[in-house]
Amino acid sequence: MLPPALLAGLSSGAVAIAPDEVLNALRNATGPAADQVSLIINQIRMPRVLLAAVMGATLAISGAATQGLFRNPLADPSLIGVTAGASLGAALVIVTGGAMLSGFAGLTLVSAGAFVGGVVAVLLVYRLATSANGTSVATMLLAGIAITALAGAIGSLLEFFADNDMLRRISLWKMGGLDGASYPRLVLAAAVGLVLWLALPRYAKALNALLLGESEARHLGIPVARVKIGIITLVAVGVGTSVALVGTIAFVGLVVPHIVRMLAGPDHRFLLPASALAGALLLVVADIFARVLVAPTELPVGVITAIIGVPFFISLLRNRHHYGMQA
Amino acid sequence: MSAGAGDAIALRLDTASAAPWGRPLLQTISMALSPGTVLALAGPNGAGKSSLLQLIAGDIPLAGGRLELNGKPLRAWSHTERAQQIAYLPQMSLLNFPYTVREVALLGRIPHNSGAARDTRFAEQAMRATDTLTLGERLYTRLSGGEKQRTQLARVFAQIEDERSLAGKVLLLDEPTSALDLAHQEQILSAVHALADRGCAVILVIHDLNLAARVADQLLVLDAGRQIALGTPSDVLTVELLRAVFHVDVTLFHGAPGGVPVIMPNDRARA
Repeated sequence: MLPPALLAGLSSGAVAIAPDEVLNALRNATGPAADQVSLIINQIRMPRVLLAAVMGATLAISGAATQGLFRNPLADPSLIGVTAGASLGAALVIVTGGAMLSGFAGLTLVSAGAFVGGVVAVLLVYRLATSANGTSVATMLLAGIAITALAGAIGSLLEFFADNDMLRRISLWKMGGLDGASYPRLVLAAAVGLVLWLALPRYAKALNALLLGESEARHLGIPVARVKIGIITLVAVGVGTSVALVGTIAFVGLVVPHIVRMLAGPDHRFLLPASALAGALLLVVADIFARVLVAPTELPVGVITAIIGVPFFISLLRNRHHYGMQA
Repeated sequence: MSAGAGDAIALRLDTASAAPWGRPLLQTISMALSPGTVLALAGPNGAGKSSLLQLIAGDIPLAGGRLELNGKPLRAWSHTERAQQIAYLPQMSLLNFPYTVREVALLGRIPHNSGAARDTRFAEQAMRATDTLTLGERLYTRLSGGEKQRTQLARVFAQIEDERSLAGKVLLLDEPTSALDLAHQEQILSAVHALADRGCAVILVIHDLNLAARVADQLLVLDAGRQIALGTPSDVLTVELLRAVFHVDVTLFHGAPGGVPVIMPNDRARA
């Protein structure tokens, strides 16, 4: 399903291009016939569609791992503070570094602020939840809520002092968007994504055991403390990168693992890679809607995923007994 | 890793104590468990029975004394090595993800690198012993309490299973029959005995003293974290001990098959 979606992603947009022309343009990418169509496809849509796929996969696999680690099917990477911390980091840069905020360099500075904010928030949550007796997953959830609230409050304070232009930037950034896609960003996202896709499935067995409970996993020979640190680090870097590059994109990390689990059960050996694929698919499709619905302008993709995700999530909550989930 | 011919002790505790939260939970516990022995823990609520199982499983640290698995301090075993020797059924399970019964049983094979074919065979063997084979494709979250308990039992049975002798392995069961009907209770207890006959040492917590006396070769009585008595059930279970530990007056009836006395509380209402 993913290749046709990618193709559809390349062919749709403000200027509709037929799929066969897309394929044509792809073949002549390096040739001398660099016409307008080829330019649109290769320079604008290609990095964007691929970035959507990479980020969707990263968010979904992070969500699947987080839900397993927290033994909570409703857990989301944003629960451990990544998203809120990253939003605050980005807002800080936008408000304080207003003068430097021009052109490409400004964009990366905001991204760097978001990444640092996300990772700092996770470290803080992790420290709060760790005592001499190990890291309590339940405390981590609560600490994540606290840090999210704190970051939100500071963010609101910043917005209070921000001028109109800054406010617009902050709110646009918060909604998430793939419009800043470029090959350098794609390379960065793919590098981080690759690490996640290779590393997280190695924890599949450990996550399967962790669903039984932490001490049960330990009795099955799983080095639980090491596994926790490994997964939290990977998820923080993955989600931090994604928030830094495309803003907050809601519900991909929450809903996609849910769908996969409903279809194929909670075995992480299948769940993790399948979530990555489905997440890529969802975000590519959502991005198509974002570009076509109000063409020639576009909607933030985070709004689309939320609009698709929230009704689905509510129906899951109401019908969870149908597939044996007790949350 | 098998127990040598010289020291055939699967599990040895020597004045072991534990105080994971400052206050001592267990004090000066001493016992030696040979392969194939079934030991039952008895004592009032909060006496430290589950804590003792957790100490042996490595969940709470040893504060003093010694704790050895097959002649080697428990701490010296790696996570995986320990999980290959000790299987532990906790009192309750928090599992709320829709695994099938078969998947839960197979989770018990995680510490072993024994290949899919053997894992499936051992898991099915364990499911047969716990009467869960017919539940195989059902979702764990939709089972009754007793079915869940049998499924978790299948998981720990699968974990302890091996082609060779089970000497050196230790099975820890915390109230394994608390949710079971009479037929399944008997089936589980005979499955436990079958494992013990193949060399597995078993420690279980059972509140029904008559059941404990019938099942166990050895009985360890705990009260307030201290070891009160250790011996065969007929030696340990005396009217005086039961009054001292449980504050209940009982009459012992002798003559039941197996030579174990039957305990009957003196009815306070009609006394």
